[in-house]
Amino acid sequence: MIEFLQQLINGLGQGSIYALIALGYTMVFGVLRFINFAHGDVYMLGAFAGFYLGPKLLRLFGEGPSYAGALVVLLVAMLLCAAIGILIEWFCYRPLRDRPRLTVLITAIGVSLFLENGGQFVFGADPKSFPEIIADRAIEIPEAWGSISGLTITISQLLVVGVTLTLLLVLSHIVLRTKMGMAMRALSFNPVAAQLMGININVVIAFTFGLGSALAGAAGILTSIQQPSIDPLMGVNAGLKAFVAAVLGGIGNLPGAALGGVLIGVIEALVVGYVSPTYRDAIVFAVLILILIFKPTGLLGASEREKV
Amino acid sequence: MMREHSKLYLVLACLSSVLLSSAFSGGAAPVIPPLNSYYFDVLIGLGINVILAVSLNLVNGYTGQFSLGHAGFMAVGAYTSAWLTLSYGYALGAGALSTTTTFVLALLGGGIGAALAGFAVGVPSLRLRGDYLAIVTLGFNEIIKGVIQNAEPLGAQRGLGGMVQHTTFFWTFACAALTIYVVVNLVNSTYGRGFLAVRDDEIAAEAMGINTTKYKVIAFVLGAFFAGVAGGLYAHFKQFIHPEGFNFMRSFDIVVMVILGGMGSTVGVCIAAALLTILPELLRFVARIEALPDWLQRVAENRMILYSLLLIVLMLTRPQGLFGARAAVTRKA
Repeated sequence: MIEFLQQLINGLGQGSIYALIALGYTMVFGVLRFINFAHGDVYMLGAFAGFYLGPKLLRLFGEGPSYAGALVVLLVAMLLCAAIGILIEWFCYRPLRDRPRLTVLITAIGVSLFLENGGQFVFGADPKSFPEIIADRAIEIPEAWGSISGLTITISQLLVVGVTLTLLLVLSHIVLRTKMGMAMRALSFNPVAAQLMGININVVIAFTFGLGSALAGAAGILTSIQQPSIDPLMGVNAGLKAFVAAVLGGIGNLPGAALGGVLIGVIEALVVGYVSPTYRDAIVFAVLILILIFKPTGLLGASEREKV
Repeated sequence: MMREHSKLYLVLACLSSVLLSSAFSGGAAPVIPPLNSYYFDVLIGLGINVILAVSLNLVNGYTGQFSLGHAGFMAVGAYTSAWLTLSYGYALGAGALSTTTTFVLALLGGGIGAALAGFAVGVPSLRLRGDYLAIVTLGFNEIIKGVIQNAEPLGAQRGLGGMVQHTTFFWTFACAALTIYVVVNLVNSTYGRGFLAVRDDEIAAEAMGINTTKYKVIAFVLGAFFAGVAGGLYAHFKQFIHPEGFNFMRSFDIVVMVILGGMGSTVGVCIAAALLTILPELLRFVARIEALPDWLQRVAENRMILYSLLLIVLMLTRPQGLFGARAAVTRKA
């Protein structure tokens, strides 16, 4: 029982990361109806932004790791990733807005390959050790807590889940309570009608890319706090799994993406704990295939009719 | 007119394969030709890439089902045929069948194994379209790799070695010619009209009474079959195969060939496969030129940076590829 709970906790930490990345996939799919293959690589760039800027920014807050410094690192990485996301949309996807979806898909694959290989070129292909921006340690739950004593939770896991929840609240505020959020929802509901109502779709799409990429950047920093080894190809697997999470929750559905991310993280942790770590990647794709066959709309998604 | 075309391909392909094989080796004997083994390596790789690209073009180009998992089927073919020759090859070879016959049977077995995998993958996933299909096939590629990594009889993480080098110029280019022949003839047949109809407008094709699922599965299974044959050739050429050699990066390589050549153009795809096999080798030489600035040498070493830029620029300026017909891709899927 304790072991099961421990796996759940580990899965929750990883699942929060997937959830943050999955939100970016789902938002872009919502407004543009296409899958931004390069999204996982933006997450990688977030981690590398932290790697290069982290030590410099931390020094502004005194010696050693500090929470204020970590927060600044997180915000700077988010801003940088938002800028990168907007640039990618501007240069690669905007000129293709009216082209067939296949053309856009191939371009997205191209952008993804470019970021991965460009990353290997600029940062070097070998894994890097992420600087310690917070003082991480494990907390063991004491005997006095009865049946759940013996569980260990690390500070970083608590932080990751906490920051993810905060970001989710901020995101839901933006999407549900602001004008820009309303424009995003209008665009995903019906792009033509949204345009007729005076919504500048270029601005809204750029904003969506920025928002999604900022979340991916945050995920990049948060994952590096938990597992401080980063490399230019780290976005490939994380991106694919986050995509599976988005589909599992129902693509285009924001709460679904968060739920899917957590579920994928937990499923993965359980497979690693109880079956075999080598099946870790295969099982996630098996989930994807099962969901696409039996419930293609995902857990929370609504079905969409194709008009001829 | 169409039939003339396909005959021309066949004659050309056969001629080149016979010429090459007779020039460098001496028929079907499994010997390394008296040619610089570097060129031998590159040319065999070229032939295998042509098979892979032409067969993927049947699925991605002619039928319009964007698959990203071709390396997975190649893996199934490579492992099946290697397993066949390793466990039965010597027993049979010593008895009634010659080594060449065993090799051909193993290639066939690899193709059939991959075709079965293609059927198993295609039936559930071909109900999906566009982006979803791309990711599901990519997922299947990873699943196939994962299964091999966990299969002890296939060497698991260590890879599988010990195959005899049966693959020659003759077999490689004969298989390439056969692939081109089958694909070109198929596309120009009634089935081919079905493939094109599915690609151009699936809903209209269905309204016209075309069983779209059937056509998609046929294209997928055939594509997988030839990928399996290519895998068999690869396994008996390199004599060592490893699951990581069939990851989705390998699939991307093949997809780039198809896109560069122009989806739905067999000639274009052949040329692109040849170009993209030779290009990295040329880049290797460029990287060695001392006079060039350091960063340029490093770019030349990393061909994937160039490939990815090529993809983006191609999609922005010429989405139909170098040799593709414009109409083939401008229709909305």
